[in-house]
Amino acid sequence: MTSALSVKDLKKTYKSGTTALKGVSLDIPEGDFFALLGPNGAGKTTIIGIVTGLVNKTSGTVEVFGHDIDKNHEKAKTYIGLVGQELNFNPFEKPLDIVVNQGGYYGIPRSVALPRAKKILTDLGLAEKMNQTAWDLSGGMKRRLMIARALIHEPRFLILDEPTAGVDVELRRSMWDYLRTLNGKGVTLLLTTHYLEEAEQLCKHVAIINKGEIVASGAMEDVLAMHDEKEQVKGKYQGSKLEEVFLQLTKEK
Amino acid sequence: MRPEQLWISFYTMIRKDIVRMFRIWVQTFLPSVITSVLYFLVFGTVLGSRIGDMQGFPYIVFVVPGLVMLAIVTNAYANSSFTFFQSKFFARSIDEILVSPTPPWVMIGGFIAGGVMRGVLVGASVLLISVFFTNLTLTITNVAVILAFAILTAFVFALAGLVNGIYAKTIDGINLVPTFVLTPLVYLGGIFYSVHALPAWWQAITYANPLFYLINGFRYGFLGTSDVSPFLAAAILLALIAFLIAINWYLIRKGLGLRH
Repeated sequence: MTSALSVKDLKKTYKSGTTALKGVSLDIPEGDFFALLGPNGAGKTTIIGIVTGLVNKTSGTVEVFGHDIDKNHEKAKTYIGLVGQELNFNPFEKPLDIVVNQGGYYGIPRSVALPRAKKILTDLGLAEKMNQTAWDLSGGMKRRLMIARALIHEPRFLILDEPTAGVDVELRRSMWDYLRTLNGKGVTLLLTTHYLEEAEQLCKHVAIINKGEIVASGAMEDVLAMHDEKEQVKGKYQGSKLEEVFLQLTKEK
Repeated sequence: MRPEQLWISFYTMIRKDIVRMFRIWVQTFLPSVITSVLYFLVFGTVLGSRIGDMQGFPYIVFVVPGLVMLAIVTNAYANSSFTFFQSKFFARSIDEILVSPTPPWVMIGGFIAGGVMRGVLVGASVLLISVFFTNLTLTITNVAVILAFAILTAFVFALAGLVNGIYAKTIDGINLVPTFVLTPLVYLGGIFYSVHALPAWWQAITYANPLFYLINGFRYGFLGTSDVSPFLAAAILLALIAFLIAINWYLIRKGLGLRH
């Protein structure tokens, strides 16, 4: 099967001297719903930044649908849609303009982008807000606008960096439904999240990263099978199986 | 990307910038127009009649090309430096372009085109206003020279503004160069006087000021007379453009201030 994303021995050391990635290798098959989990500062956003061209890598190779990001970065970028962790649109623009302009950067004519943007915004429940300034949207609406913007060029590989952070339960579940539908249509998804029950319910494969290194990787059920009940401390809070595995693998030794 | 896709990306950037410019026209267009009206009133109507002729022309007619050039230079520079700085600093909306397949040279072109357009539009507005202060006696010798110098000068300063926008890490960073470098160069570049009216040592310094050549080349288009050859002025403009394009391309391709 073709890999949507193939990362080999990826290393990143920032100018400050911080080593964010110490030789990460990942393989995400096409059509997968993949969770990349890790504590804050583990290196998740750095991997995403390198794949999307926002961060320069120190060494290693990255291929998106077989296209090396060093040799054929323009082609590789056409496959990717990014929903970043931070809200990064101009709040003085209208949602419809933000999404249509994003299509323009991918070479999509306005005549095509306009109806497509309206449909995506409507599907995401933003029909009534598409002509107001983005400044006036609620937090959850701004998150959905980020998803709409990432979908305008119909990417085959959607990367979501904590897309549901700060979103209420009801909206989060409606976003899950939307993401599942996209995955059902063949879009490969890479999700990072701190809501581990979200990853457990949605994702087929998972990788857990800690301090710049992958500490576990595989099918969700295989990673869940790593759960060791003996490691749990009686009387302490207990979360889902994935949460317990995550804590066992990432806790300070 | 195919050529038509590159064009769509470029057009998207320009369209977005023009919409922004007109949305905040009070900040983008009005200040230069008001400043020019004040200059025309003070240097033209009030002081001009006492100064007399300069290079054989009434003083108000002599200063018009320089004041138009002042508007072009400051607006082209401010537009590209601010829009770039704003998009990388406030909300990081520049990521919209960085994650897309738009190549660096189209990105540079998009930011520059907005600066050129604003510079030329504000310059044209100032020229239009000058007509009312010169009793419709504005001299125009060569329209092609005027247009060429207006567009190329806007191009140079939009490029220079972009370099500033790339390097700037704070809002002060985009105000320092215009205040302490650009404004003195423009004012000492011969907007209000001919270089021949200066003492020898000052003339020597003026010849080292690139703005002096641009203002005089532009003035040649209006008056048919200039302190320097318009060909030399054009050559300096083209050299500056080539130099600044190379710097911008290098900086954006390297991702300075854009990528970690």
